[in-house]
Amino acid sequence: MSNKYIGKAVKRVEDKRFITGKGKYTDDMILPGQTYAYIIRSPYAHAKIKSIDISQALTAEGVVAVFTGDDIAQSGINGVPAGWQVNFKNGDIMKEPPHPLLVGTGSTVKHVGDAVAVVIAESKEIAADAAELVEIDYEVFDAVVNPADAVKDGAPLVHESAPNNIAFDWEIGNPKAEVDEAIANSHHVTSLEFVNQRMVPNPIEPRSAIGLYEPSSDRYTLYTSTQNPHLIRLLMCAFVLGIPEHKVRVVGPDVGGGFGSKIFHYTEEALVTWCSKQIERPVKWTSERSEAFITDAHGRDHVTHAEMGFDKDGNVTALRIKTFANLGAYLSTFAPAVPTYLHGTLLQGLYTTPKIHLDMTCAFTHTNAVDAYRGAGRPEATYLLERLMDLAAHEMGVDPVELRLKNFIPPFDGVNQPGYQTQVALQYDSGNYHEVLRRGVAMLGYEEFRKAQAEAAQSNKLLGVGFSTYIEACGIAPSAVVGALGARAGLYEVGQVRVQPTGKVSVYTGAHSHGQGHETTFAQVVADKLGIPLEDVEIHHGDTETVAFGMGTYGSRSLAVGGSAIVKSLEKIIEKGAKIAAHKLEANVDDLTFADGKYTVNGTDKSVAFGDVALTAYVPHNYPAGLEPGLDFSSFYDPANFTYPYGCHIAVVEVDKETGKVSLKRFIAVDDVGNVINPMIVDGQIHGGLAQGIGQALLEGAIFDENGQLINGSYMDYCMPRADDLPMFELDRTETPCPHNPLGVKGAGEAGCIGSTPAVVNAVLDALWSGGFGHVKDILMPTTPERVWRAMNS
Amino acid sequence: MEIKISVNVNGKDYVREVEPRTLLVHFLRDTLRLTGTHIGCDTSSCGACTIHVDGIAVKSCTMLAVQADGSSITTIEGLAQGAELHPLQEGFKECHGLQCGFCTPGMIMTAADLLAKNPCPSESEIRHGLEGNFCRCTGYHNIVKAVQYAAEKMGNEVSA
Repeated sequence: MSNKYIGKAVKRVEDKRFITGKGKYTDDMILPGQTYAYIIRSPYAHAKIKSIDISQALTAEGVVAVFTGDDIAQSGINGVPAGWQVNFKNGDIMKEPPHPLLVGTGSTVKHVGDAVAVVIAESKEIAADAAELVEIDYEVFDAVVNPADAVKDGAPLVHESAPNNIAFDWEIGNPKAEVDEAIANSHHVTSLEFVNQRMVPNPIEPRSAIGLYEPSSDRYTLYTSTQNPHLIRLLMCAFVLGIPEHKVRVVGPDVGGGFGSKIFHYTEEALVTWCSKQIERPVKWTSERSEAFITDAHGRDHVTHAEMGFDKDGNVTALRIKTFANLGAYLSTFAPAVPTYLHGTLLQGLYTTPKIHLDMTCAFTHTNAVDAYRGAGRPEATYLLERLMDLAAHEMGVDPVELRLKNFIPPFDGVNQPGYQTQVALQYDSGNYHEVLRRGVAMLGYEEFRKAQAEAAQSNKLLGVGFSTYIEACGIAPSAVVGALGARAGLYEVGQVRVQPTGKVSVYTGAHSHGQGHETTFAQVVADKLGIPLEDVEIHHGDTETVAFGMGTYGSRSLAVGGSAIVKSLEKIIEKGAKIAAHKLEANVDDLTFADGKYTVNGTDKSVAFGDVALTAYVPHNYPAGLEPGLDFSSFYDPANFTYPYGCHIAVVEVDKETGKVSLKRFIAVDDVGNVINPMIVDGQIHGGLAQGIGQALLEGAIFDENGQLINGSYMDYCMPRADDLPMFELDRTETPCPHNPLGVKGAGEAGCIGSTPAVVNAVLDALWSGGFGHVKDILMPTTPERVWRAMNS
Repeated sequence: MEIKISVNVNGKDYVREVEPRTLLVHFLRDTLRLTGTHIGCDTSSCGACTIHVDGIAVKSCTMLAVQADGSSITTIEGLAQGAELHPLQEGFKECHGLQCGFCTPGMIMTAADLLAKNPCPSESEIRHGLEGNFCRCTGYHNIVKAVQYAAEKMGNEVSA
């Protein structure tokens, strides 16, 4: 162990290739003999395919093949499965209608963008041109897009097998009768009906996949822009195509952002793989942006009625929630888990609320799938709690900071004090929630702000401050727990450390980096644990051929779970190395200390360097009897609990009274993500999350019309956050170690996106309240100038 | 029908036949195999494909390859002087101005154009100058810092 890298802002080793244009993303590859797929998609949200005529397209010059759903069905291929099963309240299994790779003749398409046929040609232009020659006759039906509308009697049905479009209903918390009683007996009840709007993840790299079948070996390779190659391989082989898993290699090369949307096994991955076998040539499909808007899984999309009760002293007495969650037309890989186990279980927030009940109805609609998007369920829980908290403070005439401090769970470290058992299943690991809020408020300069706000209230530029204090559950699993909750996979991670004969180290992790900087952070851990230079360590990921079965990157789990797996292997390396060192030093293993890259006999200057031990392990001429040669260990790490990062986010906005335009003036974030390996990378993760959370509050949101058309399905229409929409962020952190993983880390990938959204909306409302619009309880997100102006003028 | 064009890309002359409808970005990526220039959208909004044509930043998805006939093009692959990184490339690394790296080439090329026109931009001028380039990872915070780093470094070099 040394302390040269851990905790330091080490510059990223992966940057060199990206800043020089040498990154290798899926669409950058052209394989020998490669063909190009163009997928014909339904222009209607709900329609029966009466006929498909591919004859003209087939004869076009340069067209290699055209396949329809009928071809897929004839080869006995299943649709893509969900990876998580959630049952109805009454125990019935959730509705899981098939999600075909291509919808066949006589079947119904269920969202705009549903795939109907694929044209494969010598170039993408030829494929696109030939797609125009495919004639499809549709019979169009009414559609439903809103989850609360979808469950009403008489609503258009997405699947015949799911009456009232209900995929499942679900509840969590205390018995509803107890919560009803606590609400009824409350001194004050704050009630809010609101929408957590649908978000489009929008990684800047559109999804891409290349299927390669090699007849000589009867093997397949799938290159795909994914966050978890092994999961894709397992789902595609075992559940979709029925090919033996050992005959398939899945590679997730450089991936241009994911934010959840590249976790899932998409139909296109299986489609190009299947097509490559049919034509015995590689088949590439790359999504266009407008195609991505209607085929990538979206996020959020909740319609909620929430009530929070308080006693006369301002203590929270109960929380009661009814939510309709939109799952889209098909169940995507993690979709059932997001509104349930990743959302309902976080409704304790940071508060000692004694009675909580969530009643959740998850609905199918004629829209593309909804699944995990950065934060996945936890932003929805946080938005609900934190909006209620600021609104309650406003209604009761108390300070929103004081109200939170009064209701916070007292500090506990999870070692000397036990973890905190919530009313909604989880047990928090460790935290000092008061401290992050106090720090944030100090950074804000709260008293001065309130003075400035009072002055601004007399002008046309109102000022507002919004608070948000959040907690999240990260680092999933434990596998046994998620298995009991319906996960159809384990959620451990694998880490292999291969010491080369010269003492250089190759590490193979099941985690996948698509911007998170694992090649640097993981190397920092390895270099320090072994006391060797960072340059001597290389991190490999993203290839099922080289990495043992891993679970990939999502849920802020890479370092907490994947890093811990690597640490386990490092411990094995150091332990075996000690036996070799003891032999070389003619000493007892128990008398050795390993530090700064060498084994030293305690109390002497006799030592042997790690590199010498490595060489001896591979050239074992003079070697301990009975010890295997080599220095190469693989470990699987399955955590004992989730990790629980938390923090305080504070937004300051200016609202133009005449136009309703909101300007974000300041954003303060004090986060506790446990121990920090690379503060530069952690800050970067927070920044990016903040931008996405702020984007939801101010700018973004998918809009479907009543026919199921996504009417802002391009970058011309969907408002992405731009550089001039955002201020410089003001960050601070506390570090409360996670007590149950060897690095003490909690995860930083989603924090920014979880806490920031309600802070901004609360700030907009606070500005309005300061300007005499105290009656306004809610403004729909995004808080566009029109909506804010209407709120002030209605 | 294919049309012959001559372009100089990153200091090297190329003569190629292209379809009239071929976009410049596809020509660079598919014909010349310079894949550092990326495609992030289909509406000329995201800026991932930004390159320099005769010294001016251009979204290469907005231009046909035939329109570039006779021009001199610089892509991200041609920005460094041998092993020496451009100050912006260095700035993006030093300031953690990139995460997934996908928007980075376009972002750097746009920033280079910005600094050529305005060597000492204010924070708001940098933000305004980069509004045609989307980054989903960084929240732009460290990109602004990277441009400031480069501006300072280039200024130092000029004054030295």
